[in-house]
Amino acid sequence: MVLAMGAAEVGGDVMFKVLEKDLLAENIYRMVIEAPLVAAKARAGNFVIVRVSEVGERIPLTISNSDAERGTLTLIIQAVGKSTRDLVQLESGDNLRDVLGPLGTATEINPDVKRVVAVMGGIGVAPMLPLLRAYRKAGAEIVSILGARSKELLILRDEVEDLSDEVIIMTDDGSDGEKGLVTDPLRRMLEQGEKFDLAIAIGPARMMQASCQVTKEFDLPTLVSLNSIMIDGTGMCGGCRVSINGETKFACVDGPDFDGHAVDFNELVLRQGYYRDQEEHAETCQTFGRE
Amino acid sequence: MTRASKTRVEMPRRDPKERGTDFKEVALGLEPELAIAEAERCLNCRHKPCVSGCPVEVPIPEFIQLILKGDFEAADAKIKEKNSLPAVCGRVCPQETQCEQVCVLARRGQPIAIGMLERFVADQASAAKKARGEAADGQQAKPKYKERIAIIGSGPAGLTCAADLAGYGYGVDIFEALHDTGGVLRYGIPEFRLPKSIVDEEVEYVKSLGVNIFTNVAVGLTLDFNEMLSSGKYAAAFIGTGAGLPYFLNIPGENLNGVYSANEFLTRANLMKAYLFPEYDTPIKVGRRVAVIGAGNVAMDAARVALRLGAEEVSIVYRRSREEMPARIEEIENAEEEGIKLQLLTNPARILGDDRFCVRAMECVRMQLGEPDSSGRRRPVEIPGSLFTMDVDTVIVAVGQGANPMLTTRVDGLELNKWGNIATFDECGATSIPGVWAGGDITTGASTVISAMGAGKRAALGIHQWLTEKREQA
Ligand code: FES
Repeated sequence: MVLAMGAAEVGGDVMFKVLEKDLLAENIYRMVIEAPLVAAKARAGNFVIVRVSEVGERIPLTISNSDAERGTLTLIIQAVGKSTRDLVQLESGDNLRDVLGPLGTATEINPDVKRVVAVMGGIGVAPMLPLLRAYRKAGAEIVSILGARSKELLILRDEVEDLSDEVIIMTDDGSDGEKGLVTDPLRRMLEQGEKFDLAIAIGPARMMQASCQVTKEFDLPTLVSLNSIMIDGTGMCGGCRVSINGETKFACVDGPDFDGHAVDFNELVLRQGYYRDQEEHAETCQTFGRE
Repeated sequence: MTRASKTRVEMPRRDPKERGTDFKEVALGLEPELAIAEAERCLNCRHKPCVSGCPVEVPIPEFIQLILKGDFEAADAKIKEKNSLPAVCGRVCPQETQCEQVCVLARRGQPIAIGMLERFVADQASAAKKARGEAADGQQAKPKYKERIAIIGSGPAGLTCAADLAGYGYGVDIFEALHDTGGVLRYGIPEFRLPKSIVDEEVEYVKSLGVNIFTNVAVGLTLDFNEMLSSGKYAAAFIGTGAGLPYFLNIPGENLNGVYSANEFLTRANLMKAYLFPEYDTPIKVGRRVAVIGAGNVAMDAARVALRLGAEEVSIVYRRSREEMPARIEEIENAEEEGIKLQLLTNPARILGDDRFCVRAMECVRMQLGEPDSSGRRRPVEIPGSLFTMDVDTVIVAVGQGANPMLTTRVDGLELNKWGNIATFDECGATSIPGVWAGGDITTGASTVISAMGAGKRAALGIHQWLTEKREQA
């Protein structure tokens, strides 16, 4: 066998073991996995690519937390297609076939930033946490806006509260916090003249786009994290390309963080959707037996 | 002694109609009688021009003589003295511009089919071993020296360098960023030209020599290259990370859905086995009418994969003429036989999309050949007013690859040339850092499997000589 390497010491046939797994909300799981080499090098903004089995897709996932001493990574997974569904089938004690990382350019933490507004929607909380930790550590004040469709889908709320000076909860149906979109309080604060040095928006592409439209009006620099379709994650295929100020960049190596005001979100959304029908096809085949 | 035949044997290939619908190997290989008849044509020249035409100096006349004796396994062992991947090389080397080009027989007729014989020998030996239930046959010795060598990349350069270093007596660890071994042999060259079971066997052979291979390690990210050396864990390193940065044309519409780099298209199909979707999870989308831009071997591979995935019409779009096409003649012939069309002297100007952001057409201009440029090839110039539209729904960009900066920009003191390739300072591929060698596409830009293997071989020698000197001085 070729050795899948995960041990801090080179030489063992080490698998990537799932140590913990819990359900955060419907179809959203937290997994703690063993990947010491990645954990030792992971920084805010990095991601990994994992594969469940020999026939599996390469799935990019943001590192939500890492523990260099324990040699573990925390990943938040939303089961939305066949591959992520297969991933969340794993239980503690099971092994992932492959884990590669830490990939991407780590986020640069700007020491001049004293006040941050962090806008997150859905699963976007997971990649946001390392940034909140980093800015917290750098002494910045943090106002978080956490949004979801409904109360049941709000995840990692405690973690966000621990890391923020103020948290505004938004749900589409008003089942928790305020009823409305994450951009509502964002606009309100900015209109009221609240001052921020940086906005960070992470979540579905349309949510990031809407947030950027608001912050642009107020000239507030905004960082986003893009989740384009990826294969290798090392700059080799160009499948992850995004347009930044009209220039093509590879999200996996040049990002995933970009200046939100420079991103062509419409293109991102259209590119993300290219394989949707096939994802569904794979799922149908999974449910009804393979063709 | 009478020479059996003046004409060179022809490689039996599957019928183009049939083979264009699946991914099974196109070339069938020689039967023993044919191989022996071909071997009889060898003059066994004393000055062996073929050997000097081979980047890794395979003892060609010697292995051919062993075929004549009917000892195919001995012939295989003879090749493996110099070339650890004969089953690969017999399939993908451009022999017509190397060993076969300088064959004495080529002066009066057709050169001996060295590539076909190499493949024959490797396949025979492997089949014989399998029949006896034996695994790979490397002689794994305990490393003679205590120095360990790190090899970055498990493509042809890295595998060859590793095999040779293991042979000299070093402990060798290969680090591979992808989840599987072989580099371009795995993700780039399609199954029908190089079955992955062959790559597996060759990799097993290298491992049987005592080489460790660690997948999922992106050196530069997962491990710090500088630390690997400064910690003393590795005494030397070889960088053979290949040409892993796809070039695009920078024309409007290139980010439309349905536009792929050849790297993405081939990686999906080959490494991720998307041609077996949904048995394998990775999808690949191919429309009805496909344009492949470029005319190298990678372009031919992409075109032939597209055809096999069900495209109705596949065209190679190339701005120069047939003569300048960089692909091997054999591959162009294979492609044409299968029904791939050539749109020569045609340059894409713009890709047009539909309301769902998918490719619907490509605008091109016609070209004519003008004065020779710096490469000696006649420069294509646009014919004014020749804009026309090609009705396509998939575009695959195969205009070459550059150096992937992921590792090279994270190595302290590593000198690069202006294209971002690693600069080397001697025959063996020594870099600006003592103890670090490099070879293959990361130093030369996209080239051939065998030239990468040659570079890996020379680097192994360079590393061995350097370490030997160090030991003697100590
Ligand atoms: S995922 Fe292949 S280049 Fe980014």
